[in-house]
Amino acid sequence: MILQTQDLTASYGDFRALFGVNISLEPGQIVSIIGANGAGKTTLMRSISGVLQNAPEQVVFKGKPIGDLPASNIMQRGIAMVPEGRRLFPSLSVEENLLVGADRRKGSGPWNLHSVYALFPILSEFRSRPATALSGGQQQMIAIGRALMSNPEVLLFDEISLGLAPIVIREIYAAMPKILSQGTGAIIVEQDIAQAMRVASYVYCMIEGKVSLEGAPADLSRSVVHEAYFGAAA
Amino acid sequence: MIGIDTIIQGVLLGGLYALFASGLSLIFGIMRLVNLAHGDLIVFAGYLILVGVSVFGLNPFLSALIAAPLMFGVGWVLQLAVLNRVLGHNILPPLLVTFGLSVILQNLLLETFSADSQRIPVGVLETASVDIGVTSLGLLPLLTFGSAIAVILILNWIFYRTALGRAFRAVSDDPTTASLMGIKPNRIFALATGLALVIVTIAALYLGMRANFDPTTGPARLLYAFEAVIIGGLGNLWGTLIGGMIIGVSQTVGAALNPEWQILAGHVAFLIVLLIRPRGLMPKQ
Amino acid sequence: MTHNARIEIATRSSRVFLVFAFAAIIAAVFLPAFVSRGIIKDMFAILTLLALAQCWNLLAGYGGLVSVGQQAFVGLGAYTLFAVVGLYGFDPLLSILMGGVVALLFAIPFAFFLFRLDGAYFAIGSWVLAEVARLSVAQWKAVGGGTGTSLPRDTVRSMPGTDWVRALFDVSGSAARDIILYWIALILAVALMTAIYVLMRRRIGLGLTAVKDNAEAARSVGINASAIKWMTYLISAFGAGMVGALIFLQTARISPGAAFSVTDWTAFVIFVVVIGGIGTLEGPILGVIVFFVLQNFLADFGSWYLVALGAAGIVVMIFAPQGLWGLLRDRLGLTLFPLRRRVIFTSERTDL
Ligand SMILES: Nc1ncnc2c1ncn2[C@@H]1O[C@H](COP(=O)(O)OP(=O)(O)O)[C@@H](O)[C@H]1O
Ligand SMILES: [Mg+2]
Repeated sequence: MILQTQDLTASYGDFRALFGVNISLEPGQIVSIIGANGAGKTTLMRSISGVLQNAPEQVVFKGKPIGDLPASNIMQRGIAMVPEGRRLFPSLSVEENLLVGADRRKGSGPWNLHSVYALFPILSEFRSRPATALSGGQQQMIAIGRALMSNPEVLLFDEISLGLAPIVIREIYAAMPKILSQGTGAIIVEQDIAQAMRVASYVYCMIEGKVSLEGAPADLSRSVVHEAYFGAAA
Repeated sequence: MIGIDTIIQGVLLGGLYALFASGLSLIFGIMRLVNLAHGDLIVFAGYLILVGVSVFGLNPFLSALIAAPLMFGVGWVLQLAVLNRVLGHNILPPLLVTFGLSVILQNLLLETFSADSQRIPVGVLETASVDIGVTSLGLLPLLTFGSAIAVILILNWIFYRTALGRAFRAVSDDPTTASLMGIKPNRIFALATGLALVIVTIAALYLGMRANFDPTTGPARLLYAFEAVIIGGLGNLWGTLIGGMIIGVSQTVGAALNPEWQILAGHVAFLIVLLIRPRGLMPKQ
Repeated sequence: MTHNARIEIATRSSRVFLVFAFAAIIAAVFLPAFVSRGIIKDMFAILTLLALAQCWNLLAGYGGLVSVGQQAFVGLGAYTLFAVVGLYGFDPLLSILMGGVVALLFAIPFAFFLFRLDGAYFAIGSWVLAEVARLSVAQWKAVGGGTGTSLPRDTVRSMPGTDWVRALFDVSGSAARDIILYWIALILAVALMTAIYVLMRRRIGLGLTAVKDNAEAARSVGINASAIKWMTYLISAFGAGMVGALIFLQTARISPGAAFSVTDWTAFVIFVVVIGGIGTLEGPILGVIVFFVLQNFLADFGSWYLVALGAAGIVVMIFAPQGLWGLLRDRLGLTLFPLRRRVIFTSERTDL
C-alpha cells in the first residue's frame, strides 16, 4: 500500500464535508472515485494533496503520516495533482506551465519536457502560447503534463474528463497506460460511471461525505452502483 | 528657459523615479500588496548607506553593497513576520499595516538621526560630467539612469527566464495551485519583498548622493514611484521607466518655469495621463 | 481585479442606550458650566478628532475606500474659511458650513479621478490629490502662500454669541469663544454620527430587500456598490471640510503644512478608527478616548509616541482586526448602536 486515508474527516469552517473516509491505493494501481456533485470527491483530493490540512495520521503515504503537511511539501514527496478545472497559470506559456511542474521536484523517471511533448505532440506546437489560450482538451493535456513533470509516485486526477468532448476524453484515456507505465499509482475522479469501471481495478462510490460502496468493478452490479451513487431513495 | 538641457535632465531624473518604482511594482505585481511604507524604506536604506559612509568611512557604492543584503533580510523578515499575515481578500489590512510601518519608520529615523537633512558625500563624482556637444551631462545622473535600465533588464530576465520568475508569476496567478507545484507562496513573497528592498537600496544610493534627504522625505518618493507605475501601466517595467521619465521631465520643465512649480508639475502630469489613459500608456495585454 | 460586495447584518435594538446617549449629549451641552477652560479645549480636540474619525470610518469601514488623503478636505475647508472670513469678512460660523461645501465640490472631480484607480491604488491616489491641493494652495499668495496667515483679530473677537456666552457663564471673551467652538464641535460630531447611523440603516435595509427578492442579488448589490462609494466619499469630504474649518477657526492661524498634514488629519484618524474598531460607530469613540489617554501619558516621549501608535495599529490589525470595541463586544455581548453591518469590497481571488 502506497497511499491510504484513515477515518479522514475534513471541514470548511463549520461545515463538515467528509465523515471518516477510508480509501487505499497500491503502487501502480488505478483507483477511481465516483459520486454525484457535492459528494466530497474534490474535498478528498484536496485533503490528500495538502490543500486542506488534517490530523497527521488521516493520510498516510509510504507508511508516513502526511495529513498535516502543506501542499508544497506533499508534492515534493511525490504526489502530484491534476486539479478540477485544470488550474493552469494564465501568465505562463504552455512550456512554462510544464516547467513549473518540475521546478521543485524532478523525481527520477522518464518524464521531462521532451517526453511530455512526445506524449501530447500538439503541445509542442503551441509551446510558447499562453496556456489558457488553448482548447479545453489541450489544457487538460498541459495539466496532466505539468503533473507528470515531477515524476510523481502517485497521481491524483480530479474530474479528468469534465467538460471535454468525447473524442478528447478517449484520447486522454488512450494515453493513460503510457502515463502510468512507470508503476505510478493513480486516483481518478470521474463522473462517467462506465468509464470509471473500465479504467480502474478498484472503485469507491461517495455520497454526502462518506464512502457508500467500494469494490472491484467486476464485483459490482449496475443496480448496486446506481443505488450507491444516487442514494437509497432514488 | 526650457532647453534641450532641461528635457535631458528630466529624462535622467526619470531613471531615479523608475528605480523608486521598480520595487513597488515588483511587490504589487506578485502579491497585490500596495506598500505605503515604500518611500520610507528608501529613506531608511539611505540612512543605512550613510552610516557606512560617515561612520565607517566606506565608499558609498561599497556601503550600498553591504546595505543591500541587510535590506534583503529586512524585507524577508518583514514579509514573513508581518505582511504575510495580512495578505488576502480584504485590501484594508495590508494598507493599514504598511501605513503604520511608514509612521513607525519616519519617527524612528527622526529619533535616531534628527530632522536635519543629510546627503551621502560622493567627492568628485558629484560634479563630474560628460560633454555630449549640445550640453554636458552629470556623470551621476547618467549612472542613475544606467542603473535603472540595468535593474529593469535584470528583473525582466528573472521574471521571464528563470525558475524563480516562473514561481513569482505562478504564485501571483494562483497561490493554491502554485503550492501544488511544490512552491511555498509565503517564501516566494518573502523573496520578492527581499528583492524589492535590494532595489530600494540601489534607489536609496542614488537618491542620497544626488539630493538631501531627511526622515520625512519618504512619502513624496512613494508618490513619484506610484505615479511612474500607473503612467506606465501595471506590470510593465519599461512602461514604468517611461512613466518615471514623464514625471521627471514635467518636474524639470515645471521648475524651469517657476521653481515652486516643480513638484506640482509632476503630479499634474500624472493626473492628465490618468484622465486620458486610465490604464496607463503601456498596459499589459 | 473585480470587486464583490457583501453585506453583513445583525440587528439588535438598544433603546436603553439611546436614552443614555441622549442624556450624555445634554450633559455635554451644559459641561462648560462645570469645568475649566482647559477641559473645554481638550473636549474640542476630542470631538473634532472623533468627527474626522467617523468620516474616515464611513469611507473605509462602510464604503471600502481606504483613503490616505482626507487631509485634502480638512485643508480645503480650513482655507475656505480663512479666505471668506479673512478676505471678505464673512460670518465665521456660516463659513464653517462653506468650508464643508467647498470640500464637497472639490470631492466631485477628485472622485472622478480616484474611482479610476483600483482598490489599493485608490489610497495612494488620494494622497497625490491631497498633495496637489497642498501645493496649489501654497501658491495662493492672498492667504499667505507657503508660509500661511492668521485670521484678523477683530473677526475672531466678534464671533456671534460671544457676549451672550460671556454673560451666561461669567467668563472672559476668549473663554466664551472656546465654549462656542466646543458646542459647534459637539453639534458636528453628533450630527455626523447620527447621519451615518441613519444612512447606513436605510442603505442596508434597501440592500437586504434586493438580496432577498432577487436571485441576481450579487448584481444588484454590485450596482449599489458604486452608489455607496460616491455617497460615502462625498459625505466624508463634506464632514472633513467642516471639521477642518472649525479646527482652524479655533487656532486662528493656518499654513499649508498644518492644514494639509497627513499625520494630524489622516494618520491619527486611521489609528483611532483601527484601534477602536473599524466599521462600527462605537469603535472610533473608544479609539479617541484611548488616543487621548496615550497622548497624555506619552507626551514627554516625542516621536516615540507616534512609533507606539503605529505599532499599536499594526498589532490590532493583525491580532484583533475588529479593534478594541470588537473585543469588548465579543466579551460582553453588547451593541450600543445596532449597526453591525458593513459592505465589504473584496478583490476577487478564487480558491482551489
Ligand atoms: N471552499 C468551500 N467552502 C465551503 N464549502 C465547500 C467548499 N468546497 C466545497 N464545499 C462543500 O463541500 C461539499 C463537498 O464538495 P466537493 O468536495 O467539491 O464535492 P464534489 O467534488 O464531489 O462535487 C459540498 O457540499 C460543497 O458545497
Ligand atoms: Mg469536485
